[in-house]
Amino acid sequence: MLEIFQYDFMIRAFEAGIAIGIVAPLIGMFLVVRRYSLMADTLAHVSFAGVAIGLFLKINPIFSAIGLSVLASFGIESLRNSRRIFGESVLALFLSGSLAIAVIILSLAKGFNANLFSYLFGSISTVSTADLLVIIVLAIVVFLDVMFLYKELFFTSFDPELAEASGLPVKAINLMTVMLAAVAVAISIRIVGVLLIGALIVIPVISAMQYGRGFRFTLILSVIFSLTSVILGLFASYYLDLASGGAIVVVALIIFLFSLALVKRS
Amino acid sequence: MPLEEPYIELDNVSFSYDDTPVIENLTFTVRKGEYLGIIGPNGGGKTTLIKVILGLLHQTEGRVVLFGKDRHDFKEKHRIGYVPQRVTQTDKEFPATVFEVVKTGRIARLGFFERFTKKDIDAVERAMEISGVAKYRDTLVGNLSGGERQRVFIARALASEPDVLILDEPTVGVDIGAQKTFYDFLSSLNRDQHLTIIFISHDVDAVSQETKTVLCLNHNLVCHGLPHDLLNEHVLERLYGKHSKLLTHKDTPN
Repeated sequence: MLEIFQYDFMIRAFEAGIAIGIVAPLIGMFLVVRRYSLMADTLAHVSFAGVAIGLFLKINPIFSAIGLSVLASFGIESLRNSRRIFGESVLALFLSGSLAIAVIILSLAKGFNANLFSYLFGSISTVSTADLLVIIVLAIVVFLDVMFLYKELFFTSFDPELAEASGLPVKAINLMTVMLAAVAVAISIRIVGVLLIGALIVIPVISAMQYGRGFRFTLILSVIFSLTSVILGLFASYYLDLASGGAIVVVALIIFLFSLALVKRS
Repeated sequence: MPLEEPYIELDNVSFSYDDTPVIENLTFTVRKGEYLGIIGPNGGGKTTLIKVILGLLHQTEGRVVLFGKDRHDFKEKHRIGYVPQRVTQTDKEFPATVFEVVKTGRIARLGFFERFTKKDIDAVERAMEISGVAKYRDTLVGNLSGGERQRVFIARALASEPDVLILDEPTVGVDIGAQKTFYDFLSSLNRDQHLTIIFISHDVDAVSQETKTVLCLNHNLVCHGLPHDLLNEHVLERLYGKHSKLLTHKDTPN
């Protein structure tokens, strides 16, 4: 057996990484095609405020991150639906607003330390057994939602007006998409980090889109790219002692550049 | 001759954005087998009228009855196929094949969590065949021309096996040569597939040539009846203002 798998923490990192690697592009696909890529980054920053609250209140930060980002997804969707603010500005508002809140709470909690660094850039050594359980259970919930509501999610992403004319509850489906994104982002923070989760959600999807195939094919390809990025990234992180989030995203970037070059040549 | 079954009935329907009336006191009936053209100036309320019928906007006054049921209680959304105006400008980057898009036409017939059955796929294949897009089955919609994309959206609407097909400005973005073929195709759907068709157009000549009945809308109902009885300069003046003159396509230079 490889040395890397002799450590329990590495096995946990791989298990959590694979769960995230599947779920991130599944949600990412629906965000990217709606021109909503910034949503992932916004929710990541909201999750960071959640982490800060967790550290301040001395509860498991993964719980407070999930709670706050799901709550924020309600706020984002209701502000967007009110049409008083542009959709993009709503995201900017939540992104910088929650970062400000996070920084203030962390100052109060004197939380600027190495532990914080692991939340920003991801760390393979910090996934506890409790974290792993939460990550896997929630990843399964997100996965099943996308599988069972695939046709509704596809239709509302492709043409919300036609979807509404066909009788679909478009607002509810949009809210659900953002809530699922909130969960996917919050559970990914341990491995990929706040600052890089947006990249894992978006880059495998845009790489897969380079091949100019249909939705289902692109979705499957983006999951393959994402899993490859996570697995190779975790190996690199262990053997080269790199922050896992950075290593994963760099692999995803290499796949993107390769896809871009390959499609241009053909 | 007994009148055909009423499919769409509007009774004194008005719609206002804030306090600005867009359509006022519209009363008319669309019956089974009709081929109705709706004409009127830009901003005259044509698209708003369609959106009110579809339930995308809610009328501020009056009543909409679809297939004998009040629109609020009307659940059989699949009976009305809708082709919106902007299909020729849809997101070209969206990674969806023709088959994937046409399949969304069946969703109105399925419940949540329900999967497509063989019957659904057969209906999708048939709709693609009738609309002449079966050969593009696995092509990305974004890679098609305006006219081809138009047909994909018609196939999408036909896939639900509707009783009424509503098209909003279907020939915008379709070149002149393809327009004739397109109108022939609509006529054949009305004649051979017994589909009731409503289409909005700014092209008065096309409406007068192609449709069986015409409805002229400029916030109010200006006229409703047979095209040849109605499309005279008096009506056009009420629709489009003074100095309007009806030219046929033959009169216009290429």
